[in-house]
Amino acid sequence: MNRSDVPYADWLRRLFFLLLVRPVLGLILGLNGRHLQRLPRRGPALVVANHNSHLDVFVLMSLFPGALLPRLQPVAAADYFLSHRLLSWFARRVLAIIPIERHGRSGRRDPLAPIESALDRGQIVILFPEGTRGEPETLGQLQSGVAHLLQRHPDLACIPVVMRGLGKALPRGEALLVPFCCDVVVGEALAWNGDRRQFMAQLEERMAALLAELHPSSWE
Amino acid sequence: MNGFPVSVLVTMAAIVVMLAIASLASALLGRLRPGPAQDNLRLRVRTWWQMVAVFLLALVVGRAVSIAFFALLSFLALKEYFSLIPTRRVDRRVLFWAYLAIPFQFLWVGLEWYGMFLAFIPVFCFLLLPLRMLVIGETAGYLRAAGTIQWGLMTTVFSLSHAAFLLILRLADDPGRVVGPGLVLFLVLLTQLNDVAQYLWGRSLGGPPVAPKVSPNKTWAGFLGGLGTTTVLATILGPLLTPMAWPASLGAGLIIGLGGFVGDLNISARKRDLGIKDSGSLLPGHGGILDRVDSLTYTAPLFFHFVYVQFHWTSYSGQVHWPGLS
Repeated sequence: MNRSDVPYADWLRRLFFLLLVRPVLGLILGLNGRHLQRLPRRGPALVVANHNSHLDVFVLMSLFPGALLPRLQPVAAADYFLSHRLLSWFARRVLAIIPIERHGRSGRRDPLAPIESALDRGQIVILFPEGTRGEPETLGQLQSGVAHLLQRHPDLACIPVVMRGLGKALPRGEALLVPFCCDVVVGEALAWNGDRRQFMAQLEERMAALLAELHPSSWE
Repeated sequence: MNGFPVSVLVTMAAIVVMLAIASLASALLGRLRPGPAQDNLRLRVRTWWQMVAVFLLALVVGRAVSIAFFALLSFLALKEYFSLIPTRRVDRRVLFWAYLAIPFQFLWVGLEWYGMFLAFIPVFCFLLLPLRMLVIGETAGYLRAAGTIQWGLMTTVFSLSHAAFLLILRLADDPGRVVGPGLVLFLVLLTQLNDVAQYLWGRSLGGPPVAPKVSPNKTWAGFLGGLGTTTVLATILGPLLTPMAWPASLGAGLIIGLGGFVGDLNISARKRDLGIKDSGSLLPGHGGILDRVDSLTYTAPLFFHFVYVQFHWTSYSGQVHWPGLS
């Protein structure tokens, strides 16, 4: 995906966030951010977050200043976001997603290659290692793609972020947005420790600890 | 701004001067004795500036904007409440309906429909929200869900909307006189000053707490000192800002002092039950919206009815939806 062929894309994104995303998130939801100063201020960097809602990506992107918007690229499932034309246009032009194949067909090209090339260009890549929105308000099993990326780029800044409340506001399978205040906690950057399994365990532990910083809200 | 009372504008100016003094004092204190307590005080004062600016502006701009301001306040408070209490996944749509009650409740205020204003949440929402829950049909946790949702609506929407209804009141024998903004300013100013006075008296005198299990910081000295301060201030300000003479103003001061204290404890007990310290983070140094309007959830309806029974009222539009006391 070559973005230089659409000169309006950056403006479109900034307008979309300024006029729609920020006001809606601010008023209808209301974000309560913690340790936002830990977010990366320049790329390349990897932001790793839990995933409960379609709102997650908008929340994460709106945490960054508008000037950094062109640097942000969320990784998203090609089978879902490129499934029909309008969604695909929005996903590519406004969100600037990095589409990846979720169900890795073996024998085809390296599924992480597009992410690596974005990182090489100095982008801040947003990744949801749960792979799917899953059950609302619970942390699912993390996929090990993050560890593979860190193994190949040991100096990469990997910042874990945990969001809570968005799965209540707009869970999977629902179209009605119900206002809830949402919490976002940013963790300290996680350094590569030389072993994929240990790294994933550490990441899981770090994200659980971030979640524990928040007051538990029951949602049965 | 036809006929906007001068006394209200003068009081607003006095509030700004008071805040300026508070800013100066907190800056000086921070210079003399730097520490986290002083930083918190400065943060509190800065947030006070923002809250006061929004409130005074909403009051001055006009009736519709003032009503919209209270509707927004209700929405933020209800959202904070729903975000903190345990809710059931199946009730997402019920919560959405509960939010929908806000525009309607404030529409009744705008339409000056007194009967509907009084009945909508305690009667119609009380009966209709369980109906929506019955359609969903989940019985586990039914009573708790129905109870907590209605409690939130009553506290954050029904109670606070009484402050908005003050705005549209007009004296039947002097319909040209603008009394709404003065009544609202009197209510909100005294409720907030009562909070501050109770805090200051409590901090400086100490002594035994009134309700140690709910809030160990609220002492008898703070409660009585605050009540006295508020009553004196109300007796002075009432005749200036409202149609009430000094004896009725004194009564209003007692009601606001007592009501504010109970409202504060009411929200404290809820927080203690949920195991949290602050209701939110919208107002740096203060906590959430609910932590700031806790007293108002009691004083607004109590003060409204205290004022309402004293005079004959008419409405702006001339369509009299209620007969007053004639």
